[in-house]
Amino acid sequence: MSNGNKEVLTGHQVVANAMRQVEPDVVAAYPITPQSEIVEYFSQYVADGKVDSEVITVESEHSAMSACVGSAAAGARTMTATASQGLALMMEIVYIAASMRTPIVMAVANRALSGPINIHCDHSDSMAARDSGVIQLYGEDAQEAYEFTLMAQRLAESEDVLLPVMVTLDGFTLTHTAQVAELLPDRAVSDFVGEYDARYPLLDVENPTTQGPFDMPDYYFEHKLQQVDAMDNVPDRFLQVQEEFNDLSGGSYDGLFETYKMDDADYAVIILGSTAGTAKVVVDELREEGKKVGLLKPWLFRPFPAEEIKDVLLDKEAVAVLDRSLSFGSSGPLYLEVSSALSGEDTKPRLYNYTYGLGGRDIKEDQIAEVFEDLENPDLEDKMRYIGARQ
Amino acid sequence: MAEFELKKYDEIPIGGVITGGATPELNKTGDWRSERPIWDEDTCIQCLQCWVNCPDASFEISEEEIQGIDYEHCKGCGICAEICPVDAITMKPEGEGSEDE
Amino acid sequence: MASLETLAKREEKKRKFESGHSLCSGCGLPIAVRTILNSTDGPVVASNATGCLEVATSRFPTSAWNIPWIHNAFENAAATISGAESAYRSMKKKGKIDKDVNFLAFAGDGGTYDIGFQSLSGALERGHDFTYVTLDNGAYMNTGIQRSSATPKGASTTTAPAGEEKYGKQEKRKNLTEIVAAHEIPYVGQASISHLQDLADKAEKAIHRDGPAFLNVLSTCQLGWRIPPKDSVKVAQKGVDTCFWPLYEVDEGEHNITYEPKEKLPIKEWLEPQKRFAALFKTGNEEVIEEIQEDVDEDWEKLQAKAS
Ligand SMILES: Cc1ncc(C[n+]2csc(CCOP(=O)(O)OP(=O)(O)O)c2C)c(N)n1
Ligand code: SF4
Ligand code: SF4
Ligand code: SF4
Ligand SMILES: [Mg+2]
Repeated sequence: MSNGNKEVLTGHQVVANAMRQVEPDVVAAYPITPQSEIVEYFSQYVADGKVDSEVITVESEHSAMSACVGSAAAGARTMTATASQGLALMMEIVYIAASMRTPIVMAVANRALSGPINIHCDHSDSMAARDSGVIQLYGEDAQEAYEFTLMAQRLAESEDVLLPVMVTLDGFTLTHTAQVAELLPDRAVSDFVGEYDARYPLLDVENPTTQGPFDMPDYYFEHKLQQVDAMDNVPDRFLQVQEEFNDLSGGSYDGLFETYKMDDADYAVIILGSTAGTAKVVVDELREEGKKVGLLKPWLFRPFPAEEIKDVLLDKEAVAVLDRSLSFGSSGPLYLEVSSALSGEDTKPRLYNYTYGLGGRDIKEDQIAEVFEDLENPDLEDKMRYIGARQ
Repeated sequence: MAEFELKKYDEIPIGGVITGGATPELNKTGDWRSERPIWDEDTCIQCLQCWVNCPDASFEISEEEIQGIDYEHCKGCGICAEICPVDAITMKPEGEGSEDE
Repeated sequence: MASLETLAKREEKKRKFESGHSLCSGCGLPIAVRTILNSTDGPVVASNATGCLEVATSRFPTSAWNIPWIHNAFENAAATISGAESAYRSMKKKGKIDKDVNFLAFAGDGGTYDIGFQSLSGALERGHDFTYVTLDNGAYMNTGIQRSSATPKGASTTTAPAGEEKYGKQEKRKNLTEIVAAHEIPYVGQASISHLQDLADKAEKAIHRDGPAFLNVLSTCQLGWRIPPKDSVKVAQKGVDTCFWPLYEVDEGEHNITYEPKEKLPIKEWLEPQKRFAALFKTGNEEVIEEIQEDVDEDWEKLQAKAS
């Protein structure tokens, strides 16, 4: 990072700034902790004339996503932000947004889903959207949340993608804490994101389109296959966008996930979001003790980079997947992906699933160190473990 | 009946978009009809009531005057015959003494 | 206001709503839609809630729409069009669009009175420049004639059926037109497919007024009302002439009755031709018809008072 400004900013502020720099035509959003401040900051930028966007202060998240679909279909660059119950409420339309190929960029400040109602972080909200057809990027810190929001815009609007992108950041841990972040110059961002040129803008009154039609069994399947195709195009596009972004920022993104001290590691943990930061500290400490440990942090969860992750994991001794959400009656969503990535391989690491951090439950360094300790046990029983829960 | 080609997934616009506007040629609903409206030009006073009330936009007009009925789409509901103030439209069972177009 | 000739001239120039849809023979919905679209010369963009109109006019790859048209879901026609309208304003301000465009939303009574009510209320309060059209056929027709809060008292529907104990829906319908008027938007109109000149006049006002406007249009469903298709328009006319469905507007807050029946017909004349009300005509239910008559009389008096 070279040409930007280092500032101390909260996750809210960096995302709101990314939105300001992207300068969408329309933002439609509804307040919910821990997202609200993103849209509050953005609204202030609008009120101060720092960004030229229409903010639709809708009466619900369902209407937020509905208005976003109307706006994006109209041909406007469109953004929103939400969390938890808000995402759950808009879910019906998240699927529709993906099916209508509207490249809406949305921030999700991860928060546990009710009930019981809880405002703190876990990934149950965004995980509930994992099959909706949106692209999902998970950020570790404010810097990544900022950069992913900018890259998301390009990714969403890529000609062979045209899908909504969800950029998640852990509620409170990232949204509410001040961190050092480096913002790019406004001009650089607007050059990077360019103009959005919709393929079938509804507002093209000369060439009327019928959008969101009724499918019978004779066409629904084909429309779904188109979405499959678009998802398949995401990894290459993401890498390409990263490359262009690196040119601009001096950064070094070059993958669908980050690996930390993985090359010679025997034991690894896989973690999404901010807890990966804690795990890095643990990895460093254990490395000092001479232990061969590492971390894999997926950036892209949808589409899931199964092949690429498999390649990194195959030669490991044991791997722990730490999920921050449940899939009742099954294993954690992240574990299921990794497990399926490794299936069919004869020689592969022992794989374990842990659940942590539900409803904002703290996870400490020593608890992650214990996970690594577990992995060293070749007879470790294969069952779900709940980190820090009173059992 | 709706008649169209079943295309492959990469041969249609993305996102379920239908381009090019309306497609009356792909959905000829005339075969729904059991009764057919017969319009009598000589009785007609060109009040346009049938035209404006037709659910299937099946009155052919030119220079704001009725020219005939589009039997490819008329479903034979009979609203036009009911509404005509001068009984210029009569409903006849389909296929009985009605000239084909 | 545009005459029928003018409407015809416009349709000759451009058929905004085409034949080749799959709505039932004699359905009232397309009658309303064509007239509304012909009531304006300029370009319109429409959203459409899930329901009969949407399903029967947009079966991929067929379409009845020669205007830009978007269906999103059942309960969000208002939110969807508010997004498109905001996009338009934003892009126009930035010089990305130069045309003048009007915005419409179509929804059924279910999509408006019930599940879409919040979305509508929010969009009205936010002041988007659009016209929302409810096509009120008095039930969830597309899913099989289930009752809605617009279903008239006494109607038999599949979820409030007439049976040994009950005559059908027990509750009076919601007065949505007045509820919308309470939002104090610039223009509200109540119209019927039986009075298309009146509908066209109201649509023209609604569409060309700045800010939100609302039309509530009585639309026949021959299946749900259980009438012969040919009587579609005539039965709607009875709704108007009995004052079950008065034609009026609330123009900048002022109530005007736009059509006074020459003679206010007894409510029986509206109920009797429709088999959905058949149970009301069984012995023992005379009182219910009287109650319905009283409700209609009372509402009509209230409306007249507001309009005077
Ligand atoms: C969220 C949701 N709930 C239920 C449905 C099922 N549904 C589709 S259309 C409809 C009824 C439509 O009724 P109305 O709005 O009155 O329109 P009509 O078909 O009568 O013209 C229902 C219940 C749906 N599509 N979405
Ligand atoms: S019978 Fe019905 S569909 Fe046919 S022309 Fe008359 S009104 Fe139109
Ligand atoms: S309603 Fe009758 S008189 Fe009027 S235009 Fe039609 S056919 Fe002619
Ligand atoms: S069910 Fe009723 S509303 Fe639906 S298409 Fe048929 S007549 Fe029209
Ligand atoms: Mg209905």
